[in-house]
Amino acid sequence: MSTQDSTATTTTTDAGGLPPLERGAVALEVRNVSKHFGNVVALKDVSCVVEAGKVTCVLGDNGAGKSTFIKILSGVHQQDEGELLINGHEHRLTSPRAARERGVATVFQDLATVPLMSVWRNFFLGSEPQKGVGPLRRLDRAAAKRITREELAKMGIDVRDPEQPIGTMSGGERQAVAIARAMYFGARVLILDEPTSALGVKQAGRVLRYIAAARDRGVGVIFITHNPHHAFPIGDRFVILNRGRLKGSWQKGEITRDELVHQMSGGAELEQLAHELQKGEPA
Amino acid sequence: MSTDPVTVSPSPTGASAPSGDERVGRTTPFALILRRPEVGALVASLVVGIFFALYARGFGELSGIANWTGVAATLGIPAVAVALLMIGGEFDLSAGVMVGTSGLVMSLLATEAGLNIWLAIVLTLLFAACVGAINGYLVMRTKLPSFIVTLATFFILQGANLGVTKAITGAVAVSGLDQASGFDAARGVFGGTFWAPYNFQISVLWWIAVTLLATWALTRTRFGNWVYGVGGDLEAARNVGVPVVRVKITLFMGTALASGLTGIIVALQISSAQASQGVGQELQFIVAAVVGGCLLTGGFGSAIGAALGALITGMAFIGIQFSGWNTDWRFLFLGVVLLLAVMLNTWIRKRASEARR
Repeated sequence: MSTQDSTATTTTTDAGGLPPLERGAVALEVRNVSKHFGNVVALKDVSCVVEAGKVTCVLGDNGAGKSTFIKILSGVHQQDEGELLINGHEHRLTSPRAARERGVATVFQDLATVPLMSVWRNFFLGSEPQKGVGPLRRLDRAAAKRITREELAKMGIDVRDPEQPIGTMSGGERQAVAIARAMYFGARVLILDEPTSALGVKQAGRVLRYIAAARDRGVGVIFITHNPHHAFPIGDRFVILNRGRLKGSWQKGEITRDELVHQMSGGAELEQLAHELQKGEPA
Repeated sequence: MSTDPVTVSPSPTGASAPSGDERVGRTTPFALILRRPEVGALVASLVVGIFFALYARGFGELSGIANWTGVAATLGIPAVAVALLMIGGEFDLSAGVMVGTSGLVMSLLATEAGLNIWLAIVLTLLFAACVGAINGYLVMRTKLPSFIVTLATFFILQGANLGVTKAITGAVAVSGLDQASGFDAARGVFGGTFWAPYNFQISVLWWIAVTLLATWALTRTRFGNWVYGVGGDLEAARNVGVPVVRVKITLFMGTALASGLTGIIVALQISSAQASQGVGQELQFIVAAVVGGCLLTGGFGSAIGAALGALITGMAFIGIQFSGWNTDWRFLFLGVVLLLAVMLNTWIRKRASEARR
């Protein structure tokens, strides 16, 4: 994983040791997972399926349990009850590293990249390609820059200067670098934590394109968001969490955009709110 | 997918790529140079050097250069290590007093304990590495700011320097180092001079070697990438699998070892060790690193910049002396240079890496 053969990376294969899954195969399955912190129930009986080459959207308002859910999948927390199946085998992920080794990569919204570091240094941070032996062992800078450029080109980003600090890129592009990095290092399941929430409309659209690019390369994507308008165009499966429980799960085609928005925003409550807000206005 | 009217598809040709963005200008070679952290220090050292060469008699001659490079070397060796630590996001306020401590440890081992001086040097470096490791371990374990932890180390070492030295020798210095076995050979390696009759200090070669080694480590190795990572964003680095605790402890050991080397050099130069040696220099190391382009917040800087920062300090101290001014003025000069260099650095960085969003 850490040392790449510089000639083997010019093809579309990923650098990690895991072979890609067949499209539609179940990459990850969660069965009746629960988690409590003290006497607070953060997650109760949540189940969902993530297939290779498909996008599973996990929706929920603040406090719905999205963060806890991601942290269990990415190995930060361990579930108290329930099963986590990766590629058909049950696993208990004890650390983020253990999750990564099984092909589950997480891109956190703000904690994905180091702004002052160059694009290529960010891309390979923690898994740098090296050459030379003994005390002369050093970074393979040329290969690192070339691979960074190639992998970002696959996402539709043209990096002219891999030396530019990543902080000078737009928020969407930084997400793309993190996504491209996860895929290059062999992710089969990619968890994206609110990748669009801090972005403007255009930037968010771009990130959706990057998600689609990851999906089309056979990765099972878990897209966490509180925005049903971002989830609907790209999702193949929609899971809504509410107060730590599964509120509903739909396949694409089983639910309309309006229905998704309605379910997501607490439906009746929002209508009530709209009604109240209208009262004050002249008719 | 085909049933969905709003299918999102990737654009393999890069239609959304920034290449078509008319707001993005080309990166000129000039901007690339300005992006280097040490540009400000380079400009400042040229200005200061030319000023004193014109103004102070003897400053630009080889014997003069031998003089101020010697001063710069004993500041530069620890300053380079402190720069690496600052890029890694931490401070070491005990780096100055550590110079005195290691000089004392070596001198006491070689005189009072009667050890061969080479053995004393090895033991001193081991001791320094241990102090650095303890600093790093405490910072990582307690999660207290390194500013506080190393301030405590600073006072502990300062007190121990005086107390232990007085208890053993009855004075505030250890002398008679030149009587120790192996002194001449050790002095030749660490504390001697070369290129007679100008007599450049051997320490200048150590300074250059340490700077080159640090630059290599920082820019060419995986460890260097980790240093930038832990200093730039600790959590992001941890998330991608950088062993952050190991990196930081190694950096603290680096500053302690660099101070240890400097203490050995100084003690061999003057054949004795003072209990007060190095106290107050920790801020000069930090000044050199900051003048050299290191950010106080970490994640950015260079080893060459810190070496240049030390060079500026050395030139200023000796230049003021050569000019015939009262040497009391040198700290005023240092303060002004610090302020100007940092303002220049900030301005350059802003120009070179304007964020586009």
